Amino acid sequence: MIEVKQLEKSFGNNHVLRGVTDTIQKGEKVVIVGASGSGKSTYLRCLNLLEIPTGGEVWFEGERITDKKIDINRIRQKMGMVFQHFNLFPHLSILQNITLAPVKLKLQTKEQAEQRARELLQRIGLADKADTYPSMLSGGQKQRIAIVRTLAMNPDVILFDEPTSALDPEMVGEVLELMKELAKEGMTMVVVTHEMGFAREVATRVIFMDEGIIKEQNTPDEFFTNPQNPRLKEFLSKVL
Amino acid sequence: MSWFSNIFDSLYQTLITDNRYQFILSGLGVTLQIALFSVLIGIVIGALVAIIKVSAIGNHKLKPLSWLCNLYISVIRGTPVYVQMLIMYTLILADTGLNELVIGSITFGLNSGAYVAEIIRAGIMSIDKGQMEAGRSLGLNYVSVMKSIILPQAIKNILPALGNEFIVLIKETSIVGTITVYDLTKTAERISSVTLDLYTPLLVVAAIYLIIVLGLTKLLNIFERRLARSDRG
Repeated sequence: MIEVKQLEKSFGNNHVLRGVTDTIQKGEKVVIVGASGSGKSTYLRCLNLLEIPTGGEVWFEGERITDKKIDINRIRQKMGMVFQHFNLFPHLSILQNITLAPVKLKLQTKEQAEQRARELLQRIGLADKADTYPSMLSGGQKQRIAIVRTLAMNPDVILFDEPTSALDPEMVGEVLELMKELAKEGMTMVVVTHEMGFAREVATRVIFMDEGIIKEQNTPDEFFTNPQNPRLKEFLSKVL
Repeated sequence: MSWFSNIFDSLYQTLITDNRYQFILSGLGVTLQIALFSVLIGIVIGALVAIIKVSAIGNHKLKPLSWLCNLYISVIRGTPVYVQMLIMYTLILADTGLNELVIGSITFGLNSGAYVAEIIRAGIMSIDKGQMEAGRSLGLNYVSVMKSIILPQAIKNILPALGNEFIVLIKETSIVGTITVYDLTKTAERISSVTLDLYTPLLVVAAIYLIIVLGLTKLLNIFERRLARSDRG
């Protein structure tokens, strides 16, 4: 579904990604871990071109999206993204947050979009919040709404950029729970996170990034019980 | 009681005799007209310049335009509005046959545009860049995100600053008398030239400016409080 070839990204003299190659299959749940500064968030943001790679290629569903002629907006409709800081639109109600994109892009009528949004809100138990504003929600609720906002676009894959890092500890659970549900339903997911428990439980594959490349990747079992790379061993000894 | 009757006489002379209050009213009308037109011109120019400057950050094709915008802002902010008005009147718009009121409005509109541009640009930059990223990641294009997500939030943030700019503008228009526009300030001169009383018309005019500015400040405060309330919920 997503193919990455020799991906590179520099910010000025700072060479963040130094040739990442990977293939993400439909239905996979890829969890990316690594120390801060290892390039994992940059890698994720290159997948939907929020960061423009300085070298290499990204293919999505048979199209080379790093090609300048590609309409990236059309691609992004199928590649959802969930951010560390939720990035809900504070001037819009919860319902409008969810329906804005589908309606503006003429994918659904306002009525269809609102009905779908209410169904999604029902599902996460926040139906009564439809007409309130983001400032009235807790962090966990905001992040679940952000996930629902992405789901409303019916994406083929969702990219999660440290979705629980900005949350109070007691709110982490509800967000991970929703992500696990999505995983169970077969959503393709690429998740940058520090939640090793989530990686162990949900991932089909765990990637360790370090110094701008993929240093090691494996099934979660092998990854955590039998790490090979010394840098990974060191990393795991610190976080586990 | 004589000082009281003196004041009364002066005011009577200035305002009532020969219906002189009508001069004041028409002067006030001219001042408000110029201020209003200038504000409108200023907002249009300011919004345009601000959007060009912000968009040019990620778009190299807009760099020359952005450079022009910077030049405009530097020149306008670096020279007195009085000088700008004289240059407009005697040079740039001298042969256009436009009447003085229009020339005044254009001058103040152009002047205000530079300040408004910086206010709007600061407003746009104050919005967290995550907002743009969230909008773009949903598949919306740059213009849509600007229109539905960034600008509505930015405008809400800058309304107080814009309000202030307009209050400043109303006072600044008091120099248009120099190019023979009979605005509120110029009327004071006109009346004193008949009544030979220099002070009373000036004080009356000053009081009128003060009332307008205080009124607008009050309105602005009410407005700000209402905006703050909607923030809380």
